[in-house]
Amino acid sequence: MILTIASGKGGTGKTTLATNLARVASRAGRVVRYLDCDVEEPNGHLFLRPTVLERRVVTVEIPRVDSTRCTGCGLCGRICQYHAIVPINRQALVFDRLCHSCGGCWRVCPADAITPEPMTIGELEIGRSDDVDVVTGRLRIGFAATPAMIRGVKEHIGPEGLTILDAPPGTSCPVVASLRGADFVLLTTEPTPFGLHDLTLAVELVRELGIPFAAAINRDGIGDDRVDRYCSSEGIEILLRLPDDRRIAEAYSAGRMAVDALPEYEGLFRELAETIESRSTGAVSTKGETD
Amino acid sequence: MKVAVSSQGRTLDSQVDPRFGRAAYFLLVETETLEFTAIENAGGQGGAGIAAGKIVIDAGAQAVLTGNCGPNAERTLRAGNVRLFTDVTGTVAEAVERFKNGTLVEASGPNVQSHAGTGN
Repeated sequence: MILTIASGKGGTGKTTLATNLARVASRAGRVVRYLDCDVEEPNGHLFLRPTVLERRVVTVEIPRVDSTRCTGCGLCGRICQYHAIVPINRQALVFDRLCHSCGGCWRVCPADAITPEPMTIGELEIGRSDDVDVVTGRLRIGFAATPAMIRGVKEHIGPEGLTILDAPPGTSCPVVASLRGADFVLLTTEPTPFGLHDLTLAVELVRELGIPFAAAINRDGIGDDRVDRYCSSEGIEILLRLPDDRRIAEAYSAGRMAVDALPEYEGLFRELAETIESRSTGAVSTKGETD
Repeated sequence: MKVAVSSQGRTLDSQVDPRFGRAAYFLLVETETLEFTAIENAGGQGGAGIAAGKIVIDAGAQAVLTGNCGPNAERTLRAGNVRLFTDVTGTVAEAVERFKNGTLVEASGPNVQSHAGTGN
């Protein structure tokens, strides 16, 4: 099963939930993989502290132009929507980091002057934390090919067991890349106006993608009850309420997981893991599916 | 010779637009006669500086007078053998006048980072 943990608003506990769930599900005997898709600032490794067993690079294809064959026809520049290849004075100028690797330019080139070549955009760290397989993707600084990097991380989705994808915040392309192919999505939020606002955006996105989902409220007890009212009016199930417990934050700030520092929370996460696994069999009903 | 000036409006009295890639217009000015044409800069999603560079190259400009120019636009202009003058202020007419009397200093490279003109 592929579970993506996402949120509209940042800082609402995606990594807290993802790492604690991974640990607890693994302790319960499941085969578990944790994939950090927040490739611009991965932080799950700070809590799972995996032993890194292997490092790999992730590459994308970018155009290389043979200037002796280029006729300056300009077709490559016309098909590129990102101005990553621009024909000037019978030579094609390539801006590597603007390229989205669509392959349009080398397909339309009538002179066979353009060939794809790999460009490294980031690194993967593949490791193990107790019984949890941990894959961390790290996009190189200055590169913008975030969705491509996330697809590189997702190549390590396990063939069996539970794969937990820790998504980046927001609702833009990197989040979509993290959500595609998931069997179930858990949207974390906090009971504040900001939490609610960004939750509604995330809900719209997940409904658009047609993936079953539920909500989790972190720091339950602060703010107001508008997230609750929204979820109830939209028919969204709230599968977890993690209380606003200062000790969880203290453990987090020291790089420790709640279930390790505060064993009384293990039951809450175990229950969540079991509920989600049972839901993946298709028993979830939300308004979005019936609409 | 023809120079392209990034401009906030369509006339020679318009202020120089400090942004190159995201300029509202490019005024293509013939320096001897001061005859000019205004080209609206459609902008677009990404690579605005490169697109703008391509516009002025295709329009036959031999120099660009602007406020700020980032690395991608600078590289595009250099490939098109277009001379670049940055940190230009005042009206388009004043900019062209200073270009003609040689008081503008030619840029040795980009003077801002990418995306400087997007307000982000």
